[in-house]
Amino acid sequence: MSKIVTKKLNLWYSQFHALKDVHASFEDKRITAIIGPSGCGKSTLLRVFNRMNDFVDGVRTDGEVLIDGEDILNGRTDLVTLRKKVGMVFQRPNPFPLSIYENIVFGKKIHGETKREQLDIIVEKSLKSVLLWDELKDKLNSSALLLSLEQKQRLCIARLIAVQPEVLLMDEPCSTLDPQATARIEELMRELKSNYSIIIVTHNMQQAARVSDDTGFMLLGELIEFGKTSEIFTAPKDRRTEEYITGRYG
Amino acid sequence: MRNPYRTQKIAFFFLLLSTLLIVVPVGLIVVIIIQKGLPAINWQFLSEVPQQGMRAGGIFPAIVGTFYLVSGAILFALPIGLLAAVYLTEYAKDNLLTRIIKLAIVNLAGVPSVVYGLFGFALFVVFFKFGASILSGSLTLGIMILPVIITTSVEALESVPASFREVSLSLGVSKWQTIRNIVLPNAVPGILTGTILGLGRAAGETAPILFTVAAFYLPQLPASIFDQAMALPYHLYVISTQVPNVDEKVRYGTAFVLLALVLSMNLVAIVIRSKFRKKKKW
Repeated sequence: MSKIVTKKLNLWYSQFHALKDVHASFEDKRITAIIGPSGCGKSTLLRVFNRMNDFVDGVRTDGEVLIDGEDILNGRTDLVTLRKKVGMVFQRPNPFPLSIYENIVFGKKIHGETKREQLDIIVEKSLKSVLLWDELKDKLNSSALLLSLEQKQRLCIARLIAVQPEVLLMDEPCSTLDPQATARIEELMRELKSNYSIIIVTHNMQQAARVSDDTGFMLLGELIEFGKTSEIFTAPKDRRTEEYITGRYG
Repeated sequence: MRNPYRTQKIAFFFLLLSTLLIVVPVGLIVVIIIQKGLPAINWQFLSEVPQQGMRAGGIFPAIVGTFYLVSGAILFALPIGLLAAVYLTEYAKDNLLTRIIKLAIVNLAGVPSVVYGLFGFALFVVFFKFGASILSGSLTLGIMILPVIITTSVEALESVPASFREVSLSLGVSKWQTIRNIVLPNAVPGILTGTILGLGRAAGETAPILFTVAAFYLPQLPASIFDQAMALPYHLYVISTQVPNVDEKVRYGTAFVLLALVLSMNLVAIVIRSKFRKKKKW
């Protein structure tokens, strides 16, 4: 089943045409990777899905983005509801300068959950789902800034999971991590996909090949090819896709 | 042949000399005031009203007056300054209006304090008919310290990393909730620093209170915000120039109290700032 469908999606930053006629369909409970050289528009595409591009001056979008059949680009979309449903993990782990506990309940608290027992349950569940519970359960009140980079990134995922999203957008989530930590985060992504639709932007082709079910290849704002990861990496239909994944440019 | 090392040494010497020269006046002021003023300080001096035409007794009403004026100024300037700073950093788009506002703030900071005094007199004392009162004086001082508070608050708000705002918004938290729950708490130390610097400035200025509130001599403490009050800087001016034969000890004692008040406020600001820097790890 398709979770997100884009139809004739175009985006401009002032004069710069950043996304050109993107047609794509992102499946529920699967991991979709978007690959392509720097500046090809892959992060921009990701940020269309939770409307984070809205904060850029002079941005203009055109076309349709349907999430569960609802167009999120029209003026009636409630951004708070949208972003609760479509969450984002950023390139640099970015916990708030608060305790581990307060980081996780941050969104939930503001959205109106105040009961301590309820929040305790959310913290435990969220930390368990990112496999941090055993490590951190005894120091929930210490500062999140003291954690290792990998722990911070896991915590950021836990903070996101706590607001119960349905889609996880990951913008190069491993680019600041070492190979071991990257492998463990990828393992985590595989576990999470049974509950969430995950879209990951990466410039690491091996990562896309290892972790994703579907892959889209972008170049200069166009979605050149989109399909099963196994097919894209073994039998690309487009010459440019082949050139990119065989390392001829990028 | 020129010796580059010697040239460097000479340059270094003059740079150091110029830097040291900055310390000299500050040091001298503090030393002289302490030396001449400290002997006058005792409980009586701090807690009694002036006597014998201000040649004896204490400066209690002036201390109280300054306290009222500074409190009033901050009560007025902090909310307005902070809200303006939040608007400028979080909401204002970079357009003509914003640029005009920013230019106005910079210019407001450069206006001579005596002009504030005249402005306060015309607006609050005469036009709003508050008379010469604590209210008029506080409002005038408040306007004077607005640029300090706005500028430091803007800096404090801008120093909160953009990623905090981005994450918060991406979690479905609205912009205002983000400002309240993430941006403001992390900017508080910086805002506090600016506020205290503003307090120090308000406590020390004479000109803005000259026409708006300051009383030559009042035997009793002000009863309401519509009363006149004595204030330390103006009292110092009065006993130094307007009243003959005032003992030097009394004048320097008053200067000492004023200086101690302002410097200790600055000290608090410095302590808060350094604590904040140590805690900040992003």
